[in-house]
Amino acid sequence: MSNGDDGKTVRVIGDEGPGCRKENPIMVATNIKKSFGGLVAVDVEHIEIPKNRITALIGPNGAGKSTLFNLLTGFDQPDSGEWFFGNTPLAGVAAHRFPELGLVRTFQLTKVLGLLTVIDNMKLAARGQQGERLVYSLFPWLWRKQEKTLEIKAEEILARFKLFEKKDDFAASLSGGQRKLLEMARALMIEPELVMLDEPMAGVNPALTESLLHHISNLKNQGMTVFFVEHDMAMVRTISDWVIVMAEGKIVAEGEPEVVLKKPAVIDAYLGSHQDVDLGVATGRVTVPGGGDSDTRPTRAKRD
Amino acid sequence: MTQTENIPVVALKNVVGGYLPGVNILNGVSMHAHKGELIGIIGPNGAGKSTLLKAVFGQVKVREGSIELNGEDITGLKANKLVAAGVAMVPQNNNVFPSLTIEENLQMGVYQNPKIFDERLEKVLDVFGELKTRLKQKAGSLSGGERQMVAMSRALMSEPEVILLDEPSAGLSPVRQDEAFIRVSNINKTGVTTIMVEQNARRCLQICDRAYVLDQGTVAHTGPGRELLVDPKVIDLYLGSLGQN
Repeated sequence: MSNGDDGKTVRVIGDEGPGCRKENPIMVATNIKKSFGGLVAVDVEHIEIPKNRITALIGPNGAGKSTLFNLLTGFDQPDSGEWFFGNTPLAGVAAHRFPELGLVRTFQLTKVLGLLTVIDNMKLAARGQQGERLVYSLFPWLWRKQEKTLEIKAEEILARFKLFEKKDDFAASLSGGQRKLLEMARALMIEPELVMLDEPMAGVNPALTESLLHHISNLKNQGMTVFFVEHDMAMVRTISDWVIVMAEGKIVAEGEPEVVLKKPAVIDAYLGSHQDVDLGVATGRVTVPGGGDSDTRPTRAKRD
Repeated sequence: MTQTENIPVVALKNVVGGYLPGVNILNGVSMHAHKGELIGIIGPNGAGKSTLLKAVFGQVKVREGSIELNGEDITGLKANKLVAAGVAMVPQNNNVFPSLTIEENLQMGVYQNPKIFDERLEKVLDVFGELKTRLKQKAGSLSGGERQMVAMSRALMSEPEVILLDEPSAGLSPVRQDEAFIRVSNINKTGVTTIMVEQNARRCLQICDRAYVLDQGTVAHTGPGRELLVDPKVIDLYLGSLGQN
């Protein structure tokens, strides 16, 4: 993890609050609206993603987080609005062009190419492959070296994601959690400037989550920006520099994690009052006062 | 809570199975659940947790070993027979019929015996009161947490002896996750033997009576949930130290 406030602090221009401006944003979006029939799914006045920081997007189920991701990455078209990646306007840009610009995303429900092997899924993703050009493709010696380099890089990333042993298996044979990992690993092959992860840790076992968090934090040192949707608050608390909260399509709060996650409104609507409570106790399955082992850290006094 | 009867409700004996020919996901799993127990199954990705549930529910070919329900061999029995025998399953995804209303979804839970619908509905609504006013709503318009609730209700409609839950908290916001666990606990308290696969291992261990840690298709650890929760080996390999706060 980075030391000091360097690499961690998000500098805000003007007042801090929903839709606030930041020094050095990598992505800026204004007036993004999307309705499905009568339902307004996303209605974001202004959002800025700080560059070279890790920003979390949280909010209740159905708040519009994934829809916002889809809109910002060209997988769905907004009814109105404009947004920029650096200085490049993105409105109307087709989804497949985004990786070339340096922006990749992953999906909540994974999309891996099941009938390719794991390693081929990885190699396919890399940018600027010489062999992709028709003429070059006819002369393997022109691209073999690059191919080899990519393979080494792919293997190195797969090892980090605990998928190395699976590299020659078809992606279709992976379990749900492993597909999630492959998708994340594949995104890194592109060496993007901005990585957008939609619930990266859902379905990933907690011990592996922990080591992945370390790798995600490290992406900052390589100059990358991370923007992710997640329900795992341990992850949000541990790695994010900034937290944006969405509810009913709008941005309702943003700020540093320690501040935002303590707001009563966020606790009420999203975190719930059982956050720090042992559910064994809350459900009455375990009786603690007196009898329980003290090191299971049972209750902090019940809030009301 | 562990009521000891001699014959477990569900027992797996050295079960070997998988999807592709020659590739086994389960490599000799043995486990059991006694009447009224809440059993948790946790473990790393690809350990075979979901496959285990599918094997019990007759959706994965069991190549070796056997699965018993109240002492009777149910290995290889089709899902419809299993439902009649008292087993219900709530899958992780695609667990409701989106184009049907909530009421119709619940009717599907008793399609083998539609006459008892009204009576069962009343019982299920005792546990899931929130659904009472929304019976005519299309299931496709529900959020993930609400669908989960409908799927669980549908499973309960058949008044199962055993309910199999595949990651009931997946994809839910923290407050909804906690609600899901409390719901599972409430279902179990009505006397239904419950087997729950979970990735949210800490929460799962907090409420379950006993748990199995699966790794590479076999049982790596087992014990009371509360003990595994503080077992250094389990913390190190599966729980991680995050979220301990």
